[in-house]
Amino acid sequence: MNLAVALVASMLAAAVAGATPSIAPLPRWLSDTGYGAPEMQSFTPRYALWSDGAAKRRWIRLPAGTTIDTSNTDAWDFPPGTKLWKEFAFDGPVETRLIERLADGSWRFATYLWLADGSDAELAPEAGLRRLPVSSAPNGRYAVPSRNDCLACHEGPAVPVLGYSAVQLEAPPLPPALGYLHANCGHCHNATGAVAGIDLVLAQSAADPQASARATRASMFGRASRFRSRDGDAARRDHVIVERMHSTNPYTRMPPVGVQVVDREGVALVEAWIRHNSEEISR
Amino acid sequence: MKRTIASLAVLALACAGAALAADPSKVARGKYLVTVAGCNDCHTPWIVGANGPEPDMTRMLSGHPQDFKVTSPAKTPDEPWIMTASVTNTAWSGPWGVSFTANLTPDPETGLGGWTQRNFTDTIRSGRHHGRGREILPPMPIRMYRNFTDDDLEAIFGYLGTIPVVKNRVPEPLPPAAPVAGK
Repeated sequence: MNLAVALVASMLAAAVAGATPSIAPLPRWLSDTGYGAPEMQSFTPRYALWSDGAAKRRWIRLPAGTTIDTSNTDAWDFPPGTKLWKEFAFDGPVETRLIERLADGSWRFATYLWLADGSDAELAPEAGLRRLPVSSAPNGRYAVPSRNDCLACHEGPAVPVLGYSAVQLEAPPLPPALGYLHANCGHCHNATGAVAGIDLVLAQSAADPQASARATRASMFGRASRFRSRDGDAARRDHVIVERMHSTNPYTRMPPVGVQVVDREGVALVEAWIRHNSEEISR
Repeated sequence: MKRTIASLAVLALACAGAALAADPSKVARGKYLVTVAGCNDCHTPWIVGANGPEPDMTRMLSGHPQDFKVTSPAKTPDEPWIMTASVTNTAWSGPWGVSFTANLTPDPETGLGGWTQRNFTDTIRSGRHHGRGREILPPMPIRMYRNFTDDDLEAIFGYLGTIPVVKNRVPEPLPPAAPVAGK
């Protein structure tokens, strides 16, 4: 049976290999990416992405003398040379991911795996690592994303930086459930990205939060919604979104990347919000 | 009568538009690629015909039939065997669980009718649904198919948009019976 497992693991691992070649090679060591420099500024987004309970820290560094063009409230334009790092830790750092805007305006994504002695982190394979043994991670294993996995989330919205935005840092706070849906689902489920055809709009706007909240409600509970319950209860508690969030089936659960363990608090938040909408709608 | 003529004119224009949209040489190339790449081997349900098992082309590329219920993985075979296929060749059981072949016909609700070219290309290239959802499972030869050129994938998707619609809601894959296994 071990052979079978190995064969299937290799079949699945191969399914995520292959990405666009980058302009310049990525440094082998995290310390050569600018990580640790005093210019790094830490930040914390309001609405966190659930990552199986990992402790996370984030930093941004802009090239000297540059600023972010925030004239488009919902799509900040970062100057070439911008770098962002995000550390994932389970009783110590496991990996630190890097997003970098290159001179030609394109973006690249990489992740670095920390050495056991914590002295530095080394560039991870482009195909990722499905089962990195990490004793304190859920089930003792940790999935390091492939470059394609990075794109799966970060390529969805207009700007691939997800945690450093007006919604996440500056705008008036959203209802918590909408913030949660924005941070955990909205990068794919939005009105303009690759999967807009699914007609599920969970991304929120800082420019017009009322309109984005309306769009979310319409896509989840509206008369034309494909996600509206067929039994007439527009916002019943076992809404498909909650079912997907609750699922432990790796083929149906959402989000499909980076989650092994159900976020019970997050599910409860969304469930309560759906129940509230159900009451509103049935009035 | 006037209304009929006007309707016919609109219909003629619509047909002309459709013909322009689907380049015949590209569609023919797509049909060729779909044929030789063996898509029908798994995405068309098999039946026993006069000459033995063969794809049922009346349900061409419509995926695992929705009425053929599969609720659990097959009994794990002893080594050296690893996979089990259903009699239709549309459901596959192995260490990953059970996979069902997708409906590739242009039905908007159950097939690729709601997909864009980008969704299709992203799927084949990344091995994930729409390039970002769940993984495409064995035995889909995704690591070979990702080598199709953009032109090939456009031809294939263009052809799939012209085949007869079959409304058939393929079930979601089943996880492995035992914990761990393929994931």
